[in-house]
Amino acid sequence: MSALTSFALLANATCRPWPEVPEWPIADLVRLTAGELERGGRLCAWFGVPETGGVRVVAVIAFDADNTLAVARSTPFSGSYPALTPTLTQAHLFERELWEQHGLKPEGHPWLKPVRRKAGQAPANGDFFRVDGREIHEVAVGPVHAGIIEPGHFRFQCHGEEVLHLEIALGYQHRGLEEAMPGGPHLATMSQMEVIAGDTTVGHATAYATVQEALAGTEAPLRAQWLRAIALELERLANHTGDLGALAGDVAFLPTSAAGGKLRGDFLNLTALICGNRFGRGLVRPGGCRHDLEPERLSLLSKKLPPVLADVEDAMAWLWDASSVRSRFEETGKIFTEQAKALGLVGVAARASGLVRDVRFDHPAGWHRFAQSPVAVWPDGDVFARAKVRCLEIQRAGAYLEEQLAAPPDGEMRDDLPPAAPDTLAVALVEGWRGEICHVALTDAAGRFRRYKICDPSFHNWMGLALALRGQAISDFPICNKSFSLSYCGFDL
Amino acid sequence: MFAIDTLLHRLQRGCQTMAYPAGPAPALPDRHGGALRVDATKCVEHCSACVPVCPTRAITHTADGVLSLDLGKCLFCGACVEVCPTHAISQTNDHRMAVRRREDLVLGAPGQEELRLASALEEKLRKLFGRSLRLRQVSAGGNGADEADLNVLGTIGWDLSRFGIQFVASPRHADGLVITGPVSKNMELALQKTWNAMPAPKIAIAVGTCAISGGPFAGHAQVHHGAADVIPIDLFIPGWPPHPLTILDGLLRLLGRLEDKPGN
Repeated sequence: MSALTSFALLANATCRPWPEVPEWPIADLVRLTAGELERGGRLCAWFGVPETGGVRVVAVIAFDADNTLAVARSTPFSGSYPALTPTLTQAHLFERELWEQHGLKPEGHPWLKPVRRKAGQAPANGDFFRVDGREIHEVAVGPVHAGIIEPGHFRFQCHGEEVLHLEIALGYQHRGLEEAMPGGPHLATMSQMEVIAGDTTVGHATAYATVQEALAGTEAPLRAQWLRAIALELERLANHTGDLGALAGDVAFLPTSAAGGKLRGDFLNLTALICGNRFGRGLVRPGGCRHDLEPERLSLLSKKLPPVLADVEDAMAWLWDASSVRSRFEETGKIFTEQAKALGLVGVAARASGLVRDVRFDHPAGWHRFAQSPVAVWPDGDVFARAKVRCLEIQRAGAYLEEQLAAPPDGEMRDDLPPAAPDTLAVALVEGWRGEICHVALTDAAGRFRRYKICDPSFHNWMGLALALRGQAISDFPICNKSFSLSYCGFDL
Repeated sequence: MFAIDTLLHRLQRGCQTMAYPAGPAPALPDRHGGALRVDATKCVEHCSACVPVCPTRAITHTADGVLSLDLGKCLFCGACVEVCPTHAISQTNDHRMAVRRREDLVLGAPGQEELRLASALEEKLRKLFGRSLRLRQVSAGGNGADEADLNVLGTIGWDLSRFGIQFVASPRHADGLVITGPVSKNMELALQKTWNAMPAPKIAIAVGTCAISGGPFAGHAQVHHGAADVIPIDLFIPGWPPHPLTILDGLLRLLGRLEDKPGN
């Protein structure tokens, strides 16, 4: 593996001194990155670090089969560079983002336009791809949608009912998360990390805490790692159950729809039992967890969990028994394995297209080094597959929780965090319920954040939804959208 | 035979909608803490232990040195409660937190140890909306959790529509606007257009700390300091996010539908 020399290798949840990260002229970094991606590496992050004399580009690549991450950087430059995107689709949004954030132009990028834009200039003001021809019509939806849901803009090019092309324009939720990080951590940073995507509080908070712990050269006490893993699976259960209910609602199958909404709340209440907040806020902190699961609380949680799991099992069984549901789910919104690989999909969407891709398995950190659950994979790539993977993950997360709750490790919940190492790069990946969450931190000479890169799984996956709609009826958009269930604010940051 | 199974299951289950508000309200999780209470007379002189631990700088000292806590900025993390040596800041475990005026969320001054709960709409609006309120929701930088707990009110456990309150798909059909998020600059135009598209008389409700003050994003150039920067707000419902019970209490309180319920 040439990465051995051209990239610095590191494991998930570890750090490397910044000067030890190999440095290449940008043309070489592009060539080396392309080489690794073509050999099966996966782009986790591609971002800029401003310096005097230009901007450095940093590449973080995951070698899933080797359980290894690789990182390299360019020398500072400005202007343009040869784009990765023409041959490596998975880089397309990263390169647009790099151009938007730092003005580095990827020459040859086929669709270079802003990703988020700032200060009242949401991306819908830009040009959209248009299909011309007789009987072609365009449908514009959003940013405000018909339900209680976050904003985004969808532009469909249609021929009759058939969608020829869908372009998704986001950025409406942009809150300036990354821009606020340099010089941090600040007073509000932990709270901001908890709401990068408010339904993934435990996932993002764990990634942030892990980065901080890696920079400090320590890790959280085992008991805290255990509790984080429990909270992460509860988050997965709540969201997957809610999504299955919503999918059932979108095909007018009311029994599972009604049960899903209620049972989702039951899981949220179990999280609230641990920390008081239904979304897990205030639980994960750098150095450990803020609340303990004392014996009485643990036994209450262990007692309350099985009936909810049994109810979810019932609700899932009704769903799969209904032929009307199966006929709407099967062959709808299909993503083939090769497409999923090319787009760099992660999480449920990737696994539902047959890719064995799960941070808990590929890059285990924290408690997942000691206790794992099997990766849930389904080959078909359609709405059915994405619903099926969710069901499998509900069952496996349930079994995992029952196993873990039965054997709590002893020890402290929280340690004091030593100061962060100066001039160091740390990477943390966490398998949130949507997929891979990636946080990359670079510290300055004082150990404060110099650059902090956040990559929500939605960043990788929105393009999957756009592709899934090709050749579908426009009326299939709701179930396709729900089957991906992506975050707007997690993308918009 | 799923049809028979599901029917049997539902029959066995019976009604799953909670008794509240006719019956008792469901208990908040014990670590939730509910609304905070500030008794500044308990403060030790020169103590300001709570001030630096607050992630959103919701705690300040007024010019005459009295402690002031703004529940409109509060993330309910409990850090101030933990560090206070004299229990000057305490948790009430009370889910009721909705207020009509922004300043009613500021605690600390004598007589203002607790928030001042919302009063009902004036008679004319109450007559119009009291038994049928149609709401349009706009998320403007919301993080998905406030939205999720609004959606929860539509599930079988809470069944919001039994009160005649429903979320509608068009601003043209709406009597009120529910806003979540600090109002990102990128959503300002869409929010304003939604508001303008609603026929008068109309009301606006800010749900969650972000929508009230900008929450942890206050001060970012990319966001406003909550919805009141853009449109006039009639009801503020604090929380991060607010518990569904807190939201429901706020809506019913605004419509004057809790007044005949003892204990509420």
